[in-house]
Formats: sequence, structure tokens, C-alpha cells
Amino acid sequence: MARIDLVDLAHSYAGNNAPQESFALKPVTMTWRQGGAYALLGPSGCGKTTLLNVISGIITPSRGKILFDDKDITPLSTQKRNIAQVFQFPVIYDTMTVGQNLAFPLKNRGVPKADIDRRVAEIGRLLDLEPYLNRKATRLTADAKQKISLGRGLVRNDVAAVLFDEPLTVIDPELKWQLRSKLKALHRELDLTMIYVTHDQTEALTFADTVVVMHDGRVVQSGTPAELFDKPAHTFVGYFIGSPGMNILPAEVRGREAKVGGHVIALNRAYDNLPSGAKIEIGVRPEFVEVVAPAPGLLTARIERIDDLGRIRFARVRVGDAKLAARAPGGFTSPDGSAGLKFDPSHVHVYADSLLVEGAA
Amino acid sequence: MDKTVNQKAWFLVLPVFLVVAFSAVLPLMTVVNYSMQDTFGNNQFFWNGVGWFKELLDPSTDLGGRFLASLGRNLFFSLVILAIEVPLGIVVALSMPREGWTVAACLVILALPLLIPWNVVGTIWQIFGRPDIGLLGYVLNAAGFDYNYVSNDIDAWVTVIVMDVWHWTSLVALLCYAGLKSIPEAYYQAAQIDGASRWAVFKAIQLPKMNRVLLIAVLLRFMDSFMIYTEPFVVTGGGPGNSTTFVSIELVKIALGQFDLGKAAALSLVYNLIILIVCWIFYTVMTNAGVERKVQAASEPAVEPKPSVGLKPVPAFKPKEGVA
Repeated sequence: MARIDLVDLAHSYAGNNAPQESFALKPVTMTWRQGGAYALLGPSGCGKTTLLNVISGIITPSRGKILFDDKDITPLSTQKRNIAQVFQFPVIYDTMTVGQNLAFPLKNRGVPKADIDRRVAEIGRLLDLEPYLNRKATRLTADAKQKISLGRGLVRNDVAAVLFDEPLTVIDPELKWQLRSKLKALHRELDLTMIYVTHDQTEALTFADTVVVMHDGRVVQSGTPAELFDKPAHTFVGYFIGSPGMNILPAEVRGREAKVGGHVIALNRAYDNLPSGAKIEIGVRPEFVEVVAPAPGLLTARIERIDDLGRIRFARVRVGDAKLAARAPGGFTSPDGSAGLKFDPSHVHVYADSLLVEGAA
Repeated sequence: MDKTVNQKAWFLVLPVFLVVAFSAVLPLMTVVNYSMQDTFGNNQFFWNGVGWFKELLDPSTDLGGRFLASLGRNLFFSLVILAIEVPLGIVVALSMPREGWTVAACLVILALPLLIPWNVVGTIWQIFGRPDIGLLGYVLNAAGFDYNYVSNDIDAWVTVIVMDVWHWTSLVALLCYAGLKSIPEAYYQAAQIDGASRWAVFKAIQLPKMNRVLLIAVLLRFMDSFMIYTEPFVVTGGGPGNSTTFVSIELVKIALGQFDLGKAAALSLVYNLIILIVCWIFYTVMTNAGVERKVQAASEPAVEPKPSVGLKPVPAFKPKEGVA
């Protein structure tokens, strides 16, 4: 049980003297609250696994410190850090039974046999593995194996945090959902800090109460799923989260107006102090753009196709060279393929060099 | 199901049949033929039935005594070199580097003895061990050990065994190394997190994962050492006396030295049979180890109670390399 602080933490596989741009993990300072459920979300190669391995101690960071409850544990080995980690592919000790697998970490730490048995029985019950405790672990399904990997972490009652590295990759879709609910339930029950690495936004958004989005070795935003959706701090977050992602359009912004291709879009806030020379873009989620019949005063677009997602329909449209997605209301049709776009001003954000700019009220 | 009947297809098998007949079946049948007959030269043969085989398996006769003694020596030799080479090979494989240029260097050094022809290995050790001009023999004698593989049984045995260990431990080590390399990194990381000691990692991860390559290593080394001829023949010539005369050396003595074709033929058949049986046992054990695992995986239902119909149990999961 611990609060985890990352202080100016960075890592390069090429060593500390490598140019900063090549760092797999660029300097990050943040705090992971005790008992929180975190998701590290990002595409492959964004540094999320590196960050996880730095926390677990598999990798020693080139720079910076990690504190568990204000105690610097950066130089400590994995064993001494009291963390548990579940890997992408289940790690099972083939020759052992499920029970022996669960007992392994305790046995290695010289815990008395009676205590081991009690803990193993307890965790077996918690993870619904009870009927299989005496069976060879090799013959179980992938999801049961992942539970065993998790169980090996949970049997130790001193774990500070449980780290998951894309643990559901090899699980059947149906069981994925079950196992995820199980993780959530465990989190509520055990008051453990859980850090969950994934590139699947659904997994991240349903599991975590704080989602940390990473891009190109950097933490670009950390917040609740709602914050990430409503107010992406970086165009990447807007684009990566949500399906379809946020529409990003180059624009000229002055005061309460954004100009896209000569057309004016109203903004809710005033943007008078935009950095000069920066690349200015506006971002708006497809949910807050509506395609309607073309009318004067509306941005005109060409409809390329309409995706029917059942509950909602999204029109894929083109404005000049830019491609956008927009909500298509029920009954909307466009005989000649042209349409007008209606923006919801309260959800149009302005970005300077990909970073969100807060306007003045 | 209707099948087209076309017996002409048998002609396609004919070339293979002919090749196998001339290369394997006919020579083997010749040996069988010899083993049932006796000859006094001049290409005159007399029917002897199973006489040679009876003699071969009866320790009180000259032939039987020699055969069984050499068989005993051969089995003992195989056991000793297995007992040394397998653990030593594992230790070597475990202490090899896992990445960097040193890997290539180690592999080349390890492969070197394997590339040396048998009789060259024999010659190397024959000279190496000589008390007058050989480095090993001279140094041992100078250090006060009365070492002479030509006159002392134990010295001869030690020389032959050390030579085989020198020649073949690399093979076991390379096989084990291949087995070790196939273990995904995540296993070691998990073990580290579980606080496993070096010994626990070996027992829980490395040994089980090396299981199959170890079986292959044992099989190869057993067969090879059981058929060994050249190296001990070059070094000791089967001596002193008969102390390092293994089955194949005995066979050559009977067949080419004494020209007892019938006895030699009977001996080769029995020798061949022993090798086949041992091979078969190994093969069965090895395939069964695999099959057993598969059958159990298939017969046991998936672990989770299934929420929906039509979900198939996940078959045995194979971890991919390059995890994490």
C-alpha cells in the first residue's frame, strides 16, 4: 500500500547521454494515489511498457527518482519493491499445481507453511480458482493462467501496487469482459493501487478512474475518462480517444472566432493571446458536429459515406483537403452529397502546437 | 466415398523401393544370411541355424564372453559420459552470455570440438596423453602421478572418458542453450518479482523448459557413445588387454581380424537390435510426453463457467517470444 511519486523520471535504452528526443520515456513528474485504478494508455512504442517496467524495477531509469510513500526506491531490486506484475502472456510455472504457483512467492520469502496455506486458500477463493488448486497449472485456459499470475502478486499481503502489462491480449473477447470486471471488483475490495497498461481505449476507460495518455515517450494528459473526452489537453488525446477520434482542423483564430477556409466558426471563449508562429488548430469531437442540409452561414462539406453504428450514425465528410466525421441525425439524407456542418461552440477547442489553449471567458 | 482405383500408382513407388532394397534390405539380408551359416573359407558355407546367436548370449563360450563383457563396458561407458556431459552441458549453457558479441564467440568455441573428425580427436588425445612427448601425460608424470594409458586400465578409461566429454559436452550445451533461449523474458521478470532465488528459477522455469531438448541430448549422446568406435580405437586400440574394448571394437576384431563372418554377423544383428530398441523406448517416451499434455488439455473443459453458449475451450496456450 503506497503512494507512488515519479520525480523527473526518464529512461533511454541508449543511456543517459543519448539526445533527449531519442528517450523512450521523456522526463515525467507525477503522483499515483494510494488505492487508485490507473490506466496507461497509448499506441505501441509510446513508452508505456517502459514506464511500467521502471516502476516495477525491471528497468533502472537513466534519470530521476521513484518514491514509494516518500521513500526513494529507485536503486532497489524488483524483489524489494513489493510490487506485483501481470504480463501480457501468462507466466505459469509449468511443473507446479495452481496452488503451488500461488504459494511460490511466499515460499521464496520463507513464510511459514501454515500461513502460506491460509493465504493460498484465501486468494484461491477470491479469484475463483478454488476448484483448481490441486491441478497442474499448464492445462488451464489463458484467462485462468492470467488469474494465477495475478494471484501470485496478491498472495503477498505487502504489495504496494499491482501492475498489468496488457494482461488481456491473449484472452477471448467474451472472457476479457469477465476478467476486467473481476479486476475492478478486486480493486474495490482490496484497496490496491493498480496500474494497467493498454493500447485499447475501451479497456482503459472502463477499468481506470484515472487514465494517463502517453504519446511518443511523453505523458500528454492524465485525467478521468470524462476529462479526456470533454477536454483533451493534446490533439493526440483527442484523436486517440473516442471513436471516431476528434476532428482537428487548421484554423485562424482571433477573439471568439475561428476561420476555417474562409468560413467563420463561433467560439465560446476568447482567444486573444495565442502564441505567434504556433500552428493553430481547432478540435471538435464528431459528437458535437452535426451534418444538416446546406444553408448559408454553414461550413459546406462533401459527404463521402455514412457509417451506421446502430445507436448513432457518423457521416464522413470532406472540407477542402481535411477529412472530418460528424453526427448524422436520424432521417438525414443528402441527395447531391453536399451538406452543411453545424458546430457546438461550447465543445470547439483551440490548440496551439497541439497543446490545448484555455480561452478567456 | 468413391475412390478412383488406379493400381498403376504403385509404379511411382518403384524407384524408392529399388533404392531402399539395394542400399538397406539386401545388405541386411546378407548379414542375416551369414549369421545363420559357418564357413571355412573358399566360399563354402554350412548351415548353422541359430547356433551363433546361442553362443553369443552364453557367457561361458568365448564369443558370448567377449560380447557380454564388451556390452557391459559399453553400457558403463555410456552411463558415465551421460552422467558427466548432461549436468556439465547444462552448467555451461546456463553460464553462457545471453546477448552481445560474446554469444557468437562462445558458440564458435563450443562448436569447434564438434567439427573435428573422430579419428583426429583420437589422435590428438593419443599424443596429448603420451607420457614421453604428450603435454598431458608428461605434466601428470612430472607432477608425480604415475599416468600411462597404455599400461593402466584406469588411466585408459579416464583418458577415453575425458576425451568424450571434451568432444561432446558442447553438443549438450548447445542444445540446452537453444532451450534456454526460447524462454520468454517475462518468465525471468515474473520470477524476479516473485522473489525466486537462482536455484528456484532453475528448478521452476529453466529445467522444465529444457526438458525436451535434454531428452534429445540424452538420446543422441547415448546412441553415439553406445556406437563409439574410432576415438577409443585410435587412443587405446581397445587395451590395455581388453579393458577399453567396446562392442564395435569387438565386432571389427571378429569380422575383420578373425574373419569369422557368421559370428560377426550374429553380433551385428544383436547390436543393431539393441540400438533399435533403445531408440524406440526413447522415441515413445518423448512423443508420449507431448501427447499426454495435449490429450489432457483437450479432455479437460475450460476453467471458467461459461456465460454464453458455443464458447469453445481455449486450447493449450503457446507463449510467443518477445513478450513485454
